[in-house]
Amino acid sequence: MNAFAPDLQAAPPPSSKRGRRSSPWGWRWGDRLVLVCAWAMGIGLCVIAGAIVLYMAYRGVQYLRPSLLFSRPQVSLSQAGSGGFLDPLLGTMLLTLIGVVFALPLALASAVWIAEYGQGGRVRQTLARVVESSIEVVAGTPDIVIALFGLSLFRLGLFAPLSFRAEGGGVYGQSFIVAGAMMSLLALPPVFTATRDGLQAVPAHMREAAFALGKTRIATIRRVLLPSVRSNMATGITLGISRIIGDTAIVLFLAGDTPRIEPQGGAPIVNLLRGTGSTLTTYIFQNSPAGEGGAPQKAYAAAFVLLVLVLGLNLLVDRISRRQARSMGLTAAGGIV
Amino acid sequence: MLERLRKPWPDHRAERTLGAVSLLVGVGVIAMVAFVATEAWPIFQHNGLSWLGGGGSLEHEIANMTAAGAHAPAAVYHLRAWPVIYGTLLTCAIAVALALLVAVLTSVFIVELAPVRLRNVVIPVVRLLASVPSVVYGLIGILVLAPFVEQHLITAHDKDSVQNVVQLTGEGLGVTVVILTIMITPIMIALICEALSSAPPSWREGAVALGLNPLRAVRAVTLRAIRPAIVAATVLATARALGEAIMIEMVSGGKSFAPNLSHGVPTFFYEPLRTLASAIVDYHDGIAAPPLRAAVYAFALLLLFSAFVFSVAGYLVKLPLRKYQVRA
Repeated sequence: MNAFAPDLQAAPPPSSKRGRRSSPWGWRWGDRLVLVCAWAMGIGLCVIAGAIVLYMAYRGVQYLRPSLLFSRPQVSLSQAGSGGFLDPLLGTMLLTLIGVVFALPLALASAVWIAEYGQGGRVRQTLARVVESSIEVVAGTPDIVIALFGLSLFRLGLFAPLSFRAEGGGVYGQSFIVAGAMMSLLALPPVFTATRDGLQAVPAHMREAAFALGKTRIATIRRVLLPSVRSNMATGITLGISRIIGDTAIVLFLAGDTPRIEPQGGAPIVNLLRGTGSTLTTYIFQNSPAGEGGAPQKAYAAAFVLLVLVLGLNLLVDRISRRQARSMGLTAAGGIV
Repeated sequence: MLERLRKPWPDHRAERTLGAVSLLVGVGVIAMVAFVATEAWPIFQHNGLSWLGGGGSLEHEIANMTAAGAHAPAAVYHLRAWPVIYGTLLTCAIAVALALLVAVLTSVFIVELAPVRLRNVVIPVVRLLASVPSVVYGLIGILVLAPFVEQHLITAHDKDSVQNVVQLTGEGLGVTVVILTIMITPIMIALICEALSSAPPSWREGAVALGLNPLRAVRAVTLRAIRPAIVAATVLATARALGEAIMIEMVSGGKSFAPNLSHGVPTFFYEPLRTLASAIVDYHDGIAAPPLRAAVYAFALLLLFSAFVFSVAGYLVKLPLRKYQVRA
């Protein structure tokens, strides 16, 4: 507590020169050093970010051809013959779609239940705490652990319909639907947190007004509360999508990691879901020196596309939250991520 | 069916449905933890907790496990995973220490020092750094930084000095730590900035009125007051660093080697390593062999456990802030 009450007796007598301390030039050396370091770090961070973006843009412009976006990957030893990344691009979209479709209902139901029904009674409160904490556990779980979990889980015979059986009769356990199901665990926490926080911030008089009009609880939720937290939901979903798009480990382990999308079976959409493929992230990984193919040019081009996608989503989040802040009469200051 | 759904739901049914879905999520998560723990159990059964320790060659043990068939003798389960644990601790500790320094200074810069126009640039930049996918960081590391380190920083003398122990390729501790720091700094900045800007300005103003210069006032009053938030940010960043797999897999050199300080300081930073998370990426192909599967799941369980401990710690550390009404 001493920090809050500076020792007045030990302080030097007030300087007769007024305003001397207001300019950094009059500060002590240590303070000036810290000041310079703080500026250097702030500017340095901008320089690093600028360098990353500019370098990726430079490589992107150098290697990205429109044809790459529209041609399928080929198995080839040379970079010239290995085709484009249409399939990984479609794979990214497909996985994002599956992940969001799985995550959204779960996240919304949990958020609504915890914010609107989780208060009454001790049992309910305990259960709500359990659900909340378990979602926090998921949020903190590294993606690699989720991927590994899925890898063994979906090899159980029970889940055979989700992928296909290999020749020996064992379940292959890798497909888009499997990867998407695990991806939903990545998207679940941001959607849940955003929606719950939004619901908790809705003023009580809105609920009371709806109840006074004779609406039931669930009708209030559907007609009043959910529409009013729409922008929170949008922020959460966009954050979830950008987590899904940027994730490599789950796709690497669970989507089969074939360069092309390989459908399984005959049924039109189901075969795609049960099929294997890759996404932009695994395409980059496999084409970098860390993976199998040494095609750094393709990796750079794909990384540029990925970066553009992610930055676009970032802008979207920014936009949504700014509009939301304006509509709620708040300034855009405050949280920065 | 649709007709029934379209009708207004009675309240109790809606509540029960929502509650059931939520509980499903909770049960699913608990089942996940239990599943990972049961898969990892054979390692604990055969090694106790001593698999966390050193002694023996990890590469050799993993090779034994891969070679063993479905009915492996108990001796194959022998595991001493210290090199990967050491690699994890080393990268995380250095990266978090660096990131802490950078993040605190940058946060002070953003909240207190930067002119508004500059602040409007720095904040989106931090957010950008936070959202770059890890595979892109890995790509930059492996295609730009590692070759640079190999060609310009590692001298022939460095290579010769450890040639009997390990080969220096540029991929290693140094590059890993640099990129990891860049990856976790934005998370810390976000949390510290939030706490800094929600601390009551009157505290700092009081200190300035007592004659401290603005920077010293921030250091002596605001930063000290938000110390729990800084610790919480550090804890969260550590959890993130622990779980980073793909980037480290790409730039760490992928050898179960423990960088050795006695090789001299620049060489130390060029030496390859492997972390728990990147070991999972490396060995996941072999999980058809039961011993290796148990080993890989033991790594995962350790990661899961530490992530859990860190998130609980982060929560506990932030508790004292509430009494000041500081949002963090």
